[in-house]
Amino acid sequence: MAANAASPTGVGRSEPAASSHVGRSALVVGVDVGGTFTDCLMLDPVTGVFSVAKVPSTPQDQSIGFMAGLAALKCDLTKTQTVVHGTTVATNAVLERKGSRCGLITTKGFRDILELARRTRPQLFGLTGEFEALIPRELRTEVRERTDADGEILEPLDEGEVAAAVAYLRSQGVESIAVHFMHSYANPHNEQRCLAIVRELWPNDHVSLGSDLLPEIREFERGTVAALNAYVQPLISGYVGRLSARLRDGGFARELLIMQGNGGMMDAPMASRHAVHTVMSGPASGAIAAARIGVAAGLPNLITCDMGGTSFDVSVIVDGVPSVSREKSIDYAIPLRIPMVDIHTIGAGGGSLARITAGGMLQVGPHSAGAEPGPICYGRGGREPTVTDANLVLGRINPSRINGVARAADIDDVRAQVLEKIGRPLGLDAEAAAAAILAVANASMAEAIRFTSVEKGFDPRDFAIFAFGGAGPLHASVLARELGVPKILVPMFPGITSALGCVLADVRHDYGITVNRPLLEVNGAWADGLLAGQIQAGRDLIEREAVHVTGIDVLHEADLQYQGQTHVMRVTAKSPGFDRREILDAFEALYRERFDVDLSEMTPVLAALRTTVIGRRERHESMDVVPTNAATQRRSAVDDEHRKVWFSGGWSDTPIVRRASLRPGDTLEGPAIVEQLDTTTIVEPGDSASIDAHGNLVITLASLA
Amino acid sequence: MNIDPVTLSVVHNSLVMVASEMDLAQEKTSFSPIISEAMDRANGIYAAHNGELIVQGARGLPLFVGVMQATVGHVIERHAEVKPGDVIIINDPYLGGTHLMDVRLVKPFFREGEVWAWLANSAHWADIGGSVAGGFSSDTWEVHQEGLRLPPIRIAREGKLDEDLLALILANCRVPQERVGDFKAQLAALHVGERRLNALLDRYGSATVEAVIKEVRARAEAQMRAHIQALPDGRYTFEAPMDSDGIRDEPLWVRLALDVEGDELTLDFSKSSPPCRGPMNTPFATTQSAVYIGVRHMFPDVMLNAGCFEPIHIKDARGTFLHAEYPKPVAGAAAECSQRVVETVLGALGRAMPDRAYAGPFGTAGNFSLGGYDPKRQRHYVMYYFSGGGYGGYWEGDGHTNACATIAFTQTQPFEVLESHYPVLFEDASLREGSAGAGEFRGGWGISYRVKLRRGEASAAFMMDHGRFPPFSLGGGTPGAMTEIEVSQAGAVTRPPHISKGTGYVLAPGDWVRVKTPGGGGWGDPRKRDRKRVERDVRRGYLAPAAAEATYGWVENGASAGDLATPEDRPLKVS
Repeated sequence: MAANAASPTGVGRSEPAASSHVGRSALVVGVDVGGTFTDCLMLDPVTGVFSVAKVPSTPQDQSIGFMAGLAALKCDLTKTQTVVHGTTVATNAVLERKGSRCGLITTKGFRDILELARRTRPQLFGLTGEFEALIPRELRTEVRERTDADGEILEPLDEGEVAAAVAYLRSQGVESIAVHFMHSYANPHNEQRCLAIVRELWPNDHVSLGSDLLPEIREFERGTVAALNAYVQPLISGYVGRLSARLRDGGFARELLIMQGNGGMMDAPMASRHAVHTVMSGPASGAIAAARIGVAAGLPNLITCDMGGTSFDVSVIVDGVPSVSREKSIDYAIPLRIPMVDIHTIGAGGGSLARITAGGMLQVGPHSAGAEPGPICYGRGGREPTVTDANLVLGRINPSRINGVARAADIDDVRAQVLEKIGRPLGLDAEAAAAAILAVANASMAEAIRFTSVEKGFDPRDFAIFAFGGAGPLHASVLARELGVPKILVPMFPGITSALGCVLADVRHDYGITVNRPLLEVNGAWADGLLAGQIQAGRDLIEREAVHVTGIDVLHEADLQYQGQTHVMRVTAKSPGFDRREILDAFEALYRERFDVDLSEMTPVLAALRTTVIGRRERHESMDVVPTNAATQRRSAVDDEHRKVWFSGGWSDTPIVRRASLRPGDTLEGPAIVEQLDTTTIVEPGDSASIDAHGNLVITLASLA
Repeated sequence: MNIDPVTLSVVHNSLVMVASEMDLAQEKTSFSPIISEAMDRANGIYAAHNGELIVQGARGLPLFVGVMQATVGHVIERHAEVKPGDVIIINDPYLGGTHLMDVRLVKPFFREGEVWAWLANSAHWADIGGSVAGGFSSDTWEVHQEGLRLPPIRIAREGKLDEDLLALILANCRVPQERVGDFKAQLAALHVGERRLNALLDRYGSATVEAVIKEVRARAEAQMRAHIQALPDGRYTFEAPMDSDGIRDEPLWVRLALDVEGDELTLDFSKSSPPCRGPMNTPFATTQSAVYIGVRHMFPDVMLNAGCFEPIHIKDARGTFLHAEYPKPVAGAAAECSQRVVETVLGALGRAMPDRAYAGPFGTAGNFSLGGYDPKRQRHYVMYYFSGGGYGGYWEGDGHTNACATIAFTQTQPFEVLESHYPVLFEDASLREGSAGAGEFRGGWGISYRVKLRRGEASAAFMMDHGRFPPFSLGGGTPGAMTEIEVSQAGAVTRPPHISKGTGYVLAPGDWVRVKTPGGGGWGDPRKRDRKRVERDVRRGYLAPAAAEATYGWVENGASAGDLATPEDRPLKVS
């Protein structure tokens, strides 16, 4: 199979798998639930045999589609060792503002912090835009208590007011509570006391604490993390609970594992507590898989383009490492200051609706037909044209092989709808209208790629596009040409890349604590003790999570600043053996390197200490490309089917190639269409494609090679 | 030279990235929270021949857009002979400036022995000397009372810092150990810019980069002209008052006559109030910059470089307070007068395009400064707090609550950061109920906060506005609430005589200051307001039920607050 697995030498961080534990023969399953499809991958680590399945998502309860996917895989849960899941439940809840009804208990005088935000506006110019806080004002309560910046308690917690706040919030039908006090990062005492009282009175476990989730200075950012956790926790814990129960009923004896936005995983009970860490977990696992596959294929610099039914996600991988950010915002004034794979999302997918606006302009997305009713061609009652319908009208996808749909609509009906809804108002025929829909969708996707690459100083010409998701390979050639990207990599199973990332990911937990003391006054043994505590917390967690890991990696970092500054620089720290002199040298060197300035007359301050604990999971070396394809006969060009496909120059009789019939070393000349279960890849006229040693389809653009 | 579209966008965005990286370097290394958190600074690349704007960093303060190109222009005039490694420092308000606290560094960027461009940045130093800690004195009558004035002089020659000169400057600032950090942060940003720009030129060649700059300039100009062309020709006027100049308690008027002719705009401020006694005089570069900002708030899609200024003509405003000349004091120019100039542009252009007009924004930086000595930390300090307020309602939405000033694009400092730096305690900080102007789309809400001094002695100063005249409304809406300040000294509570401005309040531990900022003006007839929005506002306690009834004709309908707050009741609209 793809990634490091197929490489005879082993790549990335692979290493010999441990051989002494039980259950090596047991199955490993990855499931990624997207807005439209649920993708599943099952691997038998011993035989290297794997299978994939794609079933419609079930937005009302994603666990139904999840189980349907396992059924499609014929997965025997009693023989399954690991089930890893990437979910969009939390992300969607925030973006669509459909989270739970939650309440806030906060320091007297500060209930509006979540609404006042950081005193900004949505865009640099123009005075438009409104902002709604995650917790509405009538559900934000205050209690008397106060801690100062040094951690000194100025006013003890008024416990009676906590009880009154809890009673009020219960009377308002609140499901989940966030507790967020001023300076709780410096001293969490009052917050923890409040937690204890709320826990006694609150009917469920849905209580989120700012100092627990992000023990760092800045009240709006810390409060937002607490509010976000409260906002998604009931949904995530309900969902994870239902799913775990269904898996248990199916005979699964272990704990379900959930992907986090940082690209690592955690177990289900942890996900229920720290629900906010599941935000952006699906896209993160896609980036993890892409990075591994790209390194193996000799293309370590990638722009990943994941186009599914509802969204288009872009990330940048440099030298095989997905970029991780702690400065992400999920939406305007919704900062999420926990480590997350840096992914930019826009509402453009196969299901994106094409509409004519009041001003007579063609607009595609961000609204989506979703899984129900879906595009017109799904035959589920959708009457509004989508990007998928446009691709169908232009012959770019096969009318008889619409994914995951029992009975597709008649193509003439689709063409008629595209003509009526889009063509007539614009004075275009059906084909021109469909082409216009694609052009508008492609333009907004190209913009998203520019935002992620060019605007961060990366030149797309140094990258390859990694196209995945059900629709990524359909659009990649046009996007690559628009941006000057010379190559496109389409992995063996582009439709299940995020599910593959679930199978490949490690367990990861990040810890951080504000220190705020002059560096040269920090005692090395004290710092070692603190960091050891963070390691222990991570080890305990991984132990409790009962995930099978082959080893544990630890990374320590120190956040430093000069006294008076508010921003920090991060350097790697060694522990045990934390050496303040060494840290100072590294900090000063970093300053010189990045800014060419020497501030040695200032007082260096240790702002925070951080630890990342990674539980390495077994590498599945034996996964290989050959077994799956052995059943299919190798392609012979003379036997290719043909169909008329529209390219920018007009219709062209185009060979249709089955992906499974291609072998390493095979080549194709565009125009050509490569079809497989989970996607369709388009090789535009003039471009050429070849299959590399790992089974990846690599397209080289004619004019840009 | 013909530029393909990919190269054009890559090189253009890379140029913006160079300036944005400079922003980031400065933000990360600065010592004043007003720079590192509130981002009161800008970095940019300016043309070799006349200093016009090539690009400004994406997170730079908008007000510096015009100011910096004027500054660089003056530097070019005075320093014909520059050498690689020279750095020029300047804060002279009359030479393309704002107020003395905005210290600009300008550095020639050499390529093959020639000046290829200028790199420059500005930073709001938390102090530059003068009669009041922080520089925002509201009762000075000469620039010399406001602090140290630096003409364009070399602070570094051929890469060597002039330590004597730096020592002289620092000796004239409060808390010099932080000022030297801010200064070095500016130097760091210039270093980063130089390195990144060289890398860009190495990769693409200067001919290509120059062609891109020229092409992007032409496109920005064409975009701006197309917008102006779409407006009906004619004269549009608007006037906006300021409370006082800080010394004479009478209003100052910004009066604009704006002519639209074909694809060009001409702005005439000559009917504005004459130069004033107190520090509300405004350097002309600041007035020009404010005009550009106002126009861009109306046409936000236009690319930002010297090209988009081309069709905008601003008549000489000599003889008014919008064209300050030596030795007039200018401390209020950047933060206050500039916003009133923006509002006249929004108002006049709004009359030319009424379906895309904004009601008045809160229009004051709400500057509260506090200087003193913290006995616990044993150090002197200067604290600034700039508060936000509400924007005006507009054609399809309510004004933003607690937005930043129209001339800025900055964040406020977190209260936790302020309390960890200074001996103060914020006792509350909340949305100011009832402050928004009513309308079909109401204004955004202002804020209200109370801050107490905990240790040592300190001196407070206020430079705000809109204490006598509220943010304007449109089409039957009502104006926003006005600024209020209270100071408690030893238990006695007073208000500044000029309402929004005051200097020299000596505070002891336990004394406090209360500030309430304006809400935005309302847009359209309140009786047409969507009932759901009124109900939401009442439920949230933004508005008392009696006020909702009087203003919006809303009747409570007998429903209890609990019934209204059903779980199905989701926020109406997100951004």
